[in-house]
Parts: sequence; structure tokens; C-alpha cells
Amino acid sequence: MLTRSEHRASRAVGVAALVLIGLALAAPVSVLVSQGAGSGLAGTQGDYLLRITRFTLLQAGLSTLLSVALAVPLARSLARRPSFKGRRWLINLFAVPLALPPLVAALGLLEVWGRNGVANNGLALFGLETPFSIYGLSGILIAHVFFNMPLAARLILPGLERLPPEYWKTAANLGMGGLSLFRLVEWPAMRRSAGGAAGLVFMLCATSFTLVLVLGGGPAATTLEVAIYQALRFDFDPGRAVLLSAIQIGLTLAVMLGLRLISLPTEAGDTKGGATDRPDVARGWRALPDALLIAAAGAFVGAPLVAVIVSGLAADLGRLLSDAQFWRAAGTSLMIGLAAATVSVSLAGLMVRARYSVGEPPASVWLSLLSGLSAAAGSLTLLVPPVVLGAGWFLMLGGGAGQLLAPLSVIVLINALMALPFVIRVIEPAHASAMERNGRLALSLGITGFNRIRQIDIPAMLAPLATGFVFAVALSLGDLGAIALFGSDRIVTLPWLLYQKLGSYRTADAAGLALLLGAATMVLMIIADRLGARLGPASWAGRHQP
Amino acid sequence: MTQAAAIEFDHVAYGVGDLSAEFSFSRAPGSVTAILGPSGAGKSTLLNLAAGFLAPRTGRILINGKPVNDLPPPERGVSMVFQDNNLFAHLDIRTNIGLGLDPALRLDAGGWRQVETALDRVGLAGFGKRQPASLSGGERQRVALARAFVRRRPLLLLDEPFDGLGPGLAADMLGLMLEIRAEVGATVLMVTHDPDEARAAADQILLVSKGQIAADAAAAGFFERHDLPELEAYLGRRPQP
Repeated sequence: MLTRSEHRASRAVGVAALVLIGLALAAPVSVLVSQGAGSGLAGTQGDYLLRITRFTLLQAGLSTLLSVALAVPLARSLARRPSFKGRRWLINLFAVPLALPPLVAALGLLEVWGRNGVANNGLALFGLETPFSIYGLSGILIAHVFFNMPLAARLILPGLERLPPEYWKTAANLGMGGLSLFRLVEWPAMRRSAGGAAGLVFMLCATSFTLVLVLGGGPAATTLEVAIYQALRFDFDPGRAVLLSAIQIGLTLAVMLGLRLISLPTEAGDTKGGATDRPDVARGWRALPDALLIAAAGAFVGAPLVAVIVSGLAADLGRLLSDAQFWRAAGTSLMIGLAAATVSVSLAGLMVRARYSVGEPPASVWLSLLSGLSAAAGSLTLLVPPVVLGAGWFLMLGGGAGQLLAPLSVIVLINALMALPFVIRVIEPAHASAMERNGRLALSLGITGFNRIRQIDIPAMLAPLATGFVFAVALSLGDLGAIALFGSDRIVTLPWLLYQKLGSYRTADAAGLALLLGAATMVLMIIADRLGARLGPASWAGRHQP
Repeated sequence: MTQAAAIEFDHVAYGVGDLSAEFSFSRAPGSVTAILGPSGAGKSTLLNLAAGFLAPRTGRILINGKPVNDLPPPERGVSMVFQDNNLFAHLDIRTNIGLGLDPALRLDAGGWRQVETALDRVGLAGFGKRQPASLSGGERQRVALARAFVRRRPLLLLDEPFDGLGPGLAADMLGLMLEIRAEVGATVLMVTHDPDEARAAADQILLVSKGQIAADAAAAGFFERHDLPELEAYLGRRPQP
């Protein structure tokens, strides 16, 4: 409930926010297009592009297949055992990989699966000579399964737990065996969410940058995103970057259109735990397969996290913390994070307000356009992945070398846009319920305009705004995509510093840095989660980090 | 009594503390027993123990004279009908009934004919291809009875199966249940909180209160008795002067 002038103002700033987002997206894309039109397509380059595209699709497809194929039996086992010790803890653990900066997780994976990692040493004990290599396709797959298998399991599990307890009693009463129960009851309950999870995982893997950069590399294992980065940073071949970007946008567009068809599951990990007893499930030693599967999944997800902590603590943290370089990077990261979060929350707030002002259903074509575009703005930023976005700006700024303010602004802008869809998802429902509660009252008291925003609306939405803000800071803090393009001697963030240490084989320093960065991000994510939990699960559940 | 009891609870104890329960009773084959009592008294616990969904702490459960404590639910010769969610909502009616014949649904033509006969028996001929959601609550309970009918197990456990159907429909369903019971020759344990239902269908009563059997008696004249404080409390009657 707004006054006439408030409506006018809401819509005006909504349009302004949209124009800003549009410019931020359209400017780099139009630069890419115009540059691309000028550059011809050489014969050998066609092969190269085809190979990169094929590998991008191959690794995303295999990652999705493995993640979901493992998540389905895992979710089933977890649903069959609703009340073992540590179950809640384990399911919370499954949320950690997505909250962690990919670079930190990659480091943990290297500790476990790398040449001198736990896995290879274990294999050596069995007399296996050739060490298993984490670099290349196998490493990319392990990393993607590490990130997405727990996510998929958390998305699939609620579908099983929502089934009424009578189902399990009936199954036990009728004597339905494991196989027919899976075929007739469990799989039908998982099918929808498994399909949605598969779509989401494919999207995340097709646009994954950091993991492929660290674990892939080499011409044989490069994805579009990494190839764009290499074309710009190493070969300075804008034409190639442009073509790669165009393919990437086309690819994500196709995947997103596909995702529209299969509905996305949203309630991740909303698990009751222990509420439904399972009389159809055998106890005693016959629980062993479930126990083994759950323990293996726990170890697979937990080991890299433990490795990050252990190797981080073994590093010389004291020296690292007294290093001026570290504090400069931390300062830069924090500054970028705070700025990006401010931009992100402001844009989200303006657009949510404008959409509310437009109302349901919109009164005119013009207004429905405003409403639709604000709704789409969130998804649009997923359509153009950060590296592609960065590539456009990179070309516009002529590489950004030697500059300071322009690249910093672009990094802030890209990080802000990355967080935007998630921030909107937190703020929108909270805004709607706050307006429902306070709208008429504010109007009847004559509290309008800026007074109202300052005294009623913002205080009423402090918790969701803070959740969105903290989440955006955390996301920005762990980002390597934008900084990888614009990082320089003068602009160093924590992930960039970590990446450099990793590249120069300063592994002890890298381990220490990874622990500090991981801990900082986790703390922020937990704060955001706690703040979000107070808003009720509906508004917060189902956030996904790209 | 030379014939073994259809079901016997021999000092069957379950749980500890406030939620603990202990039951001892036995029922002759072909009897219909209404289990009454306030909510939380342990009525459903009793049925779940008989069905094998819960394991007793101590004591023995016998079905047709055979101890079943260590038998898994499907081997106990028991059919169960709940108040709700008896049917798998995503499977059509004939599949839901067919699962009663073979839990892996490997049915030959004869099996499917049995399913059609059962549907006909409960007055739902031609409903086989429908989804549970397209049926009314009463119709869904008829399907559950049809499944119990094809299963022909000696013990039929009913957990408030006709609750929420309305008095007229509940009476119809009760009649249908009794017919099916007679044709199958099953012994019935039926949890209900409706004294009229107990009066109409049961020949015996178990009154459960605070995890104990407060009264084990014939149904005839049971509700006219005034010597049971638990019954007075349950029915909300004032103590007689």
C-alpha cells in the first residue's frame, strides 16, 4: 500500500536500477558482439572452439550423471535411516561445499586426491604404481561431484521424507522388497527433484570456472570459461574470447530454457530427521550397506574440509598474519565485498520495491514490462557468467592494465550482479509480508515518502537486508572469476593471492591462506544462514551459489 | 479352549517412562474387538506391536499359537488399514490392490482378475485405472478394504479406518468390513474412538488407558456399565451418586 507519489518514485528508481543492470550486462555483451563481427573465423580456430565446447559439455554431462547417480542412493539410504547419531550434523556438512570458496575447496581436494594426497598414498599401499592424477578430466569430475553430489542429495531427500509414514508401514505389511519399493515408491518420489537437481548441477558445471582453472588446464581439459580467460590474459586474442563467450551465452541460454521445462526443486535439506520410523527397513547387520554408503559419502565430503583445516594449521599462520601483503589483500577483498554487497542489496531493494508498486496483475503493458524485466534481471545475471561479463568489460577497458579505479569498479559490479538473484530471493518475500503488515498503518498515520522508508520499511526489513548483505559479502570474498581477469600488482584480493601462491608452489602459504579465507567465508555464511533462518524457511531455503 | 487363540499378547511391554505400555490379552479366531481409549493411551502402539512395526521390550506376541516376535511384518499373516494414506498416491487403484497379491507386482492374468473381483466386491467396479486422488475419502478406504480382501490374511488390524467419513458412510463401511471379514474368516482388532462403532461392529472390547488394558470385556452391555472409572472418564460421564 503506497501513496501516488511513492508509486511514482518506486517505479522511477526501479527503472533506474534496471537501466543500470541492463547497461552492466548489455555494454560488455555488445562490445563482445561488435568485436566478434570484425574477427573472422579461421579454420583451425573452428576445431579449437569445437573441442572446447565439446569438453565443456562432456565434463558437465559426466559431472551431472555422477553427482545425481550417487545422490539418489545416498538420499535413499539417508531416508531409510532417519535417526542415527550425527545425521543432522552430516546433512549440515553436505551444505558446506557450496558455501566454501571453490578455490579453498580445490586446495582441500588436492590434499586428498593429489599426487601426494591421502588417496594416492593409500593406493600405493596396495602396490599400485602409477599414481592417480587429479589434473584433467578425472580431477574436474571429482571436484564437481564433491560440490554437487551433496547438493543433489539435499534436494532429493525431502521428496522421500515428505512421504506419509503409512507408506512405509504398508510397504512393510505387504512385504515389498528393496527393489520393488524403489521402483514403485521411492523412485517416483525422487524423480522430480532428481530431474531438477540434474538440471541445476549441469548449469553449475557448465559455467564452472575456478575448479577447471585449478584442476583442469592444458588444452585437453579446458572449458569455455577457462578458455575465455586464457584468450584474454595470456594470448590477448579478443576475437577468440568473443567467439567463446558467444558459445557460452548460447549454451547457458539453452540450459536455462531447458530448466524452465523441468521445475527446480527449492527446499534444500529441509529435513525432519527421526520423525518417521521405517518399519520396512531391516536393522542389525543388514543396515551395513546403508551405513557404508553414508559413511563413504561423509568421508568423501568431509576429508577435503578436514585437509584444509589440518594443512592450514600446519602452515606458519603467524608469519602469514604479519605479512603486509596478506593484510593488503584482505583489505582489498573486504572493500570489494562491502561495495559489491551495498550495490547488490540496493539494486535488489529498488527492484523489489518497483515490482511491488506495479502490483499483480500489472495495470498496463508498460508496467508489466517493468515487472517482468525486474523478475528476469536476477536470472539474466546467471545467463551471462561472471567471466563472460568480465571479458566484455576487459575489452572495453583495453585490458585495464595500469588502471585502478575502473577495474575495481568492474569487479565490484560483477560481484554485485552475481549475488543479485540470491539477494532478491531473500528480500522479496520479506518485503511483501512487511508491506502487508505495515502498509495501511503507515498510510493512516501519514508516514510517507523518505520518512516511511527510513522509519518503517528499512527497520522492518533489517533482518532480510542483513542476510542478503552478508551473503553477498561472502560470495564476493570467495570469487576468483572477476579478479582473475582484472587482478594485477595493484589489485590483489585474497583468492587471487591464494591462486598466485598456488601457482608459484608456495603450498604452505597457500594452505594457511585457504584456511583463513575458508573460515572467514564460512563464518559469514553461517551468520547469513542464522539471520535467514529467523525469516522462516520459505524465503531462505533453496539459495544456490553459482 | 482347545483351539489356539488367533492373537495373544503375553505380558508385552513396550517403551520406558511416560510412554511405556504393557498389554496382556487374547482373542479367539473370528472375533471382532474394538479397542477404545483416550488419545495417547497406546491404542495404535498395540496395533503396531501386533503388525511388527514396533518391537516389544519384553513379552511374547502369538498369532495362531505361533510366537511372532522375531518374524518381520510380511510374514505375520496380518493386513492393516490406516485412517489415511493407505494407497500410494502416484499408483493407480489396480496397482495399489495388486501389490497386496504380490509386493513386486508380478501378477498373471488370474491375479489381475482377482483384483477386478475385489474392486467389484467393494462396489468400485471399473475404478481400476483411476488415481487415488480422483476418489473420495470413503472410496479410498474401500480400495484399502479390497486390498485386505485379496490378501486374505487371518488377522485384520484397523487403525481408526472410518474416522472422518461422516456417520452414514462410516456405518456403510463398517458393514462392508464385517462382510469381508466373514468371507475371509479373519480376526479383527479395530481401534476406534466412536462408542457407536464399537457397539455396532464388535463383540468384544479392550479399553486402553495410560498404556494398560483397563477393561477386557464383552461388548454387550459394556457401555451401560458404571463400575469402571476409566470408562466413566473416557465417555465423559459424571460419577453416579
